[in-house]
Amino acid sequence: MEYADILHRCFRCGYCKYTEDYYAINCPAYQKFQFESYSPGGRLWLIRAWLNHEIKTSTRLKEILYACTTCGNCVEHCIMKFKDQLVDTLVAARNEMVNEGFIPHTVRDYLRNVQLYGNPYKKPQKERGKWAERTDIKIYKDQEYLFYVGCVSSYEERGQRIARAVVELMDRAGVSFGILGDEEICDGNEVRVLGEFGLFQLLAEKNIEIFRKRGIQKIITLSPHSFNVMKNEYPKYEKDLQIWHYTQILANSIFNGRISSNKYKVRVTFHDPCYLGRHNHEYEAPRKILRSIPGVELIEMNQNRGNALCCGGGGGNFFTDVLGTGPCSPSRIRVRHALDTLARFLVVACPQCAKMLEEGIKAEEVEDRLEVIDVAEFVTRTLSGPL
Amino acid sequence: MENILNLLAKIVGEDFVSNHPEELFIYSRDGGTMEPHAPEYVVMPRTTEEVQKIILLANKYKIPVVPLGAGLVLSGLTIPLKGGIVMDLKRMSDILEVNENSRYALVQPGVSEGMLKAYLAKNYPHLRHSLPDAPPAATVVGNALIHGSGHMSQIYGFHSEMVNGLEVVLPTGEICQIGSCSASPYWFSRAPLPDLAGLFIGWNGTTGVVTKLALKLYPKPKYEDVMIFLTENENYIPYILFKVTGTEMAQDVIVMAQPKPDWIGGFQLTSITFTGNSDEEIRFKRKTLRQSLDEYIKNKEGGFMHLLPDMKASFLEVPQRSFTLFADVKKGGGFEYVGAMMPIEVLPHAYRGGIYIAEQNGTSYTLMMRVIGSAHCVMCAYAFGFNRADKEDVMRAQKALHEANQLALKLGGIPWKAELPAQQLIIKKMDPNTFELITSIKKLLDPNGIMNPGNWETQ
Amino acid sequence: MVKLRFDKNICYSCESVDCLVKCQYLQLNIETARIEKLKILKGEDTFILTECITCYACEEYCLKRNHPFFQIVELQEDKGLYTAPRPITHQQIKMTSPKGRFEVKQPLTKPAISLCVFPDMMKKIDGPLFQRGTSFLGGDFFCNLVFLHFAKMSIVKERLPKVIETISNHLKKNCLDELICFHDECYAGFTCWATAYEIPVPFKPIHLFHFLSQRLEALKSSVKTLNQKVAYQRPCSSRLIPETQYLTDKVFSLIGVERVQRKYDRDSSLCCGSILRMMGRDDLADDIQERNVSDMVNAGAKYCVFNCPMCYYTLSEKVSKEGILPVMMVDLCHYALTEGKT
Repeated sequence: MEYADILHRCFRCGYCKYTEDYYAINCPAYQKFQFESYSPGGRLWLIRAWLNHEIKTSTRLKEILYACTTCGNCVEHCIMKFKDQLVDTLVAARNEMVNEGFIPHTVRDYLRNVQLYGNPYKKPQKERGKWAERTDIKIYKDQEYLFYVGCVSSYEERGQRIARAVVELMDRAGVSFGILGDEEICDGNEVRVLGEFGLFQLLAEKNIEIFRKRGIQKIITLSPHSFNVMKNEYPKYEKDLQIWHYTQILANSIFNGRISSNKYKVRVTFHDPCYLGRHNHEYEAPRKILRSIPGVELIEMNQNRGNALCCGGGGGNFFTDVLGTGPCSPSRIRVRHALDTLARFLVVACPQCAKMLEEGIKAEEVEDRLEVIDVAEFVTRTLSGPL
Repeated sequence: MENILNLLAKIVGEDFVSNHPEELFIYSRDGGTMEPHAPEYVVMPRTTEEVQKIILLANKYKIPVVPLGAGLVLSGLTIPLKGGIVMDLKRMSDILEVNENSRYALVQPGVSEGMLKAYLAKNYPHLRHSLPDAPPAATVVGNALIHGSGHMSQIYGFHSEMVNGLEVVLPTGEICQIGSCSASPYWFSRAPLPDLAGLFIGWNGTTGVVTKLALKLYPKPKYEDVMIFLTENENYIPYILFKVTGTEMAQDVIVMAQPKPDWIGGFQLTSITFTGNSDEEIRFKRKTLRQSLDEYIKNKEGGFMHLLPDMKASFLEVPQRSFTLFADVKKGGGFEYVGAMMPIEVLPHAYRGGIYIAEQNGTSYTLMMRVIGSAHCVMCAYAFGFNRADKEDVMRAQKALHEANQLALKLGGIPWKAELPAQQLIIKKMDPNTFELITSIKKLLDPNGIMNPGNWETQ
Repeated sequence: MVKLRFDKNICYSCESVDCLVKCQYLQLNIETARIEKLKILKGEDTFILTECITCYACEEYCLKRNHPFFQIVELQEDKGLYTAPRPITHQQIKMTSPKGRFEVKQPLTKPAISLCVFPDMMKKIDGPLFQRGTSFLGGDFFCNLVFLHFAKMSIVKERLPKVIETISNHLKKNCLDELICFHDECYAGFTCWATAYEIPVPFKPIHLFHFLSQRLEALKSSVKTLNQKVAYQRPCSSRLIPETQYLTDKVFSLIGVERVQRKYDRDSSLCCGSILRMMGRDDLADDIQERNVSDMVNAGAKYCVFNCPMCYYTLSEKVSKEGILPVMMVDLCHYALTEGKT
């Protein structure tokens, strides 16, 4: 297995489990299950034991490996030289499990659906572009940017609302962009982190073929998951792509005066998506946008930026739900963090975070106190007049 | 016999008990060199009452119980030598009280050192506690109960001496308050009552499960600084420590030695940390500490290193990451150390002996000597790194550790948080009446012998 | 054999003995200076050898360039004297030893910059000021002149010729023949010291300030004059190359800062004190640092500008506490080009 040579090097010191100041547990799986076997260090030792046949493949082991949300807190806070490889090591171990054919059934179903339908929802490809029907958005044909929407915002109602908000803002900002519509296919980020490397390669190569055929070199993604995989994994197959997350484009547009909001006197807090923040070190673009709105008071949660607690949707869990729910689930804990700021809005920049945190709010029964809203949705609200 | 798993699940909930091979594997071992021994169950209680019920159950069925904090002791004290139940206490992670006036914190056994540090920094920035150099995941209670020491031990002694009181679940299930809290709402002291805390400190979890601990807090000064005194002759160490501690100005005094990097190999680095509330105070202390070592400087036998800002920052870091990073020096993920408490006058022999042992066994090493309580004794740590993936390397480290334990005893010191073989060495050397007393107390408190059996017993 | 080239007769016939009379620390009268100078020339014991703080200033005071400081260092070592405690000296020798293996960013492009042993300075080599210049550093490129402070001329003699060869080979490999010396102690090593010991230097060393002044002139239209009052902390090493002092004023004038008139500047500059601390002479270090910083405050300086990273590390906290912003010369030039962060 790739990265097998680092497994024994984990000292089990525990830095990986916590925030930078050691105050809070910040590994979602460890937070939820609390056994040391679910901690990043515990996982490494178990993977090594598994590869050495000291323990067998089991349902429990599958759960342990697939409960990880690949949030990257361990990479951020581990103090050892091999820290950057921690998530990769877990993904490599998942690949071993996939090859063995012994994976949780929800993971199996997800992969099968992507393979057969091109999306995890088992919906027809021709419905992929339907979300754009009530907009003026054009199919890509020589515009400057491709706007890549992703599976969640193509097929889920919550994500579709975000997509329409992003499109409205990019139009106002005069950004030249088009979409692939029903030609768009899954970016493969979740497929890869779930360990199905073969399928991921297929998807990546297919996407790149589409980009090449259409002369696409600049891509704006809606989801940080797409942003992550295209920025960090696609270059192995195609070096000439330039990738942005939509908040980076919008932040520039606001800075250049192309979008200006009306006054909105409200307190908000921002949740850093893992694939935008920790994985790709983009913490400021969404904040720039929020701070540019007159009247908005941006209050940080105690755990922010590199210390943000994952919503629990990463690592494929948004679809596979291996992490599960309960009062110790990360989405509910994160909602409590947001409530502590007394913010009215919990602003996100990822459609998966949006849904996970909305479900957390429902589970905490605080719908009257806190609302989840995407950055784009929030900005579009402020365009219509003073609030 | 009822299904123990179900009985435990009824106490803590089925989510917090496991007999899965994965948990049994993880909880059968620690980061050191001791052989693994698997438990049969791992359980995670949330309250004192749950702990009590588990203990009563264990007594009923005569199942061993091993209490566990973070498991970072490295010498196998939380490895269940006789199977049974490992009781992972990390769900009990509340900081129950901070009393600003009497300066103590009341914590549950799952509270980590890092958590308490962060909590105080945020909520009581004028207070602090003494931190060991263990990783911040180490638990406050676990560290105090093993006579841990840390960055304020030079002034205030062992962390066990900073304990004001305990709540304990005895091996027979009774819940006991130890210290002033037994007769007062305040946890301010162990005196003036008969000091029962000693029945639970240093016993490796064989006399009960501590479910609350009150730890002394101290004022947090505004400024801190560090100086490193460099020598090339280990015979100077005792007198240097004597002089420095004699100023009563230092907060923490540590002597370090290791072969690499080159600019440390062959030298002794005495790190002297001091604090103050004003520039003037810091300057005065710095000057006094420097002057205490004037004779060495004048004779050119020792001098203070010039520390660049980032070097200083790393020496002042609490806990120091460098100690944890030693584990990966050989890209091996492991180190274990013999920490022996020693009188100051034997340190040069301890220093030489430790290097000799490391070189003979071909292991990498770090020696660290931390002064406890104005040089009343020193915690002398011989840390040997090993490659976990190389069985022979592990054995070499084990051999080095054993020889270091033997050396410590030979010099008149006593191995601290001693692993099983070292316990046997100590018992062999110990006054038989003392050991008889230890055995009797254990038997009295734990008639069924369920608490971490195998420890403090003749083999 | 590497030997100091100097003329004893020049010293014997010197009437002013400026090297010792002008010393700010020994404060000798001419009679005492003559007596002690004679002892040095004869290789006899003298308190000069133990009291010298090794600030290098006498190299500048001797207008005949007869290397009075190098003479002192040679004699200190001949007599087995240590200026600093033995462990400190031995540690410095180990810390800076060449490794025989090094990573240099390939290929080297012009301007090629030696950062000596100061990795912190790497991040300052960027922007239009340095164009696409590349840098290198490490024990194998270290000038070793610091050992003049430690009475270890033998280390300099052993290592510096090899360092010159190593650098020369690297430059040649990349078809370069010029080297910008970030730290002027390196420049002094390749010029003053190499000449004194007759070591050929097959490349052209360029003083950092010379490079900076050229670049600022080329980027004149982008320079925003800073209009600030600055104190300059002159490093010891600049005493070996007094001919470069005008460059400091040149750079200041190009970026529009006023070098404040103060007591402890130019010829009367004070050592930063870091070497004194290593020697264990802390009272003296405290004294000169106090005087130096008060002088800056009294002269109304807003910035204290450094060339030497060691001076910077030693004094930056002290000057900051007095409300003076410590800054490396390079950073000040970056600010003037509005590249740096304020």
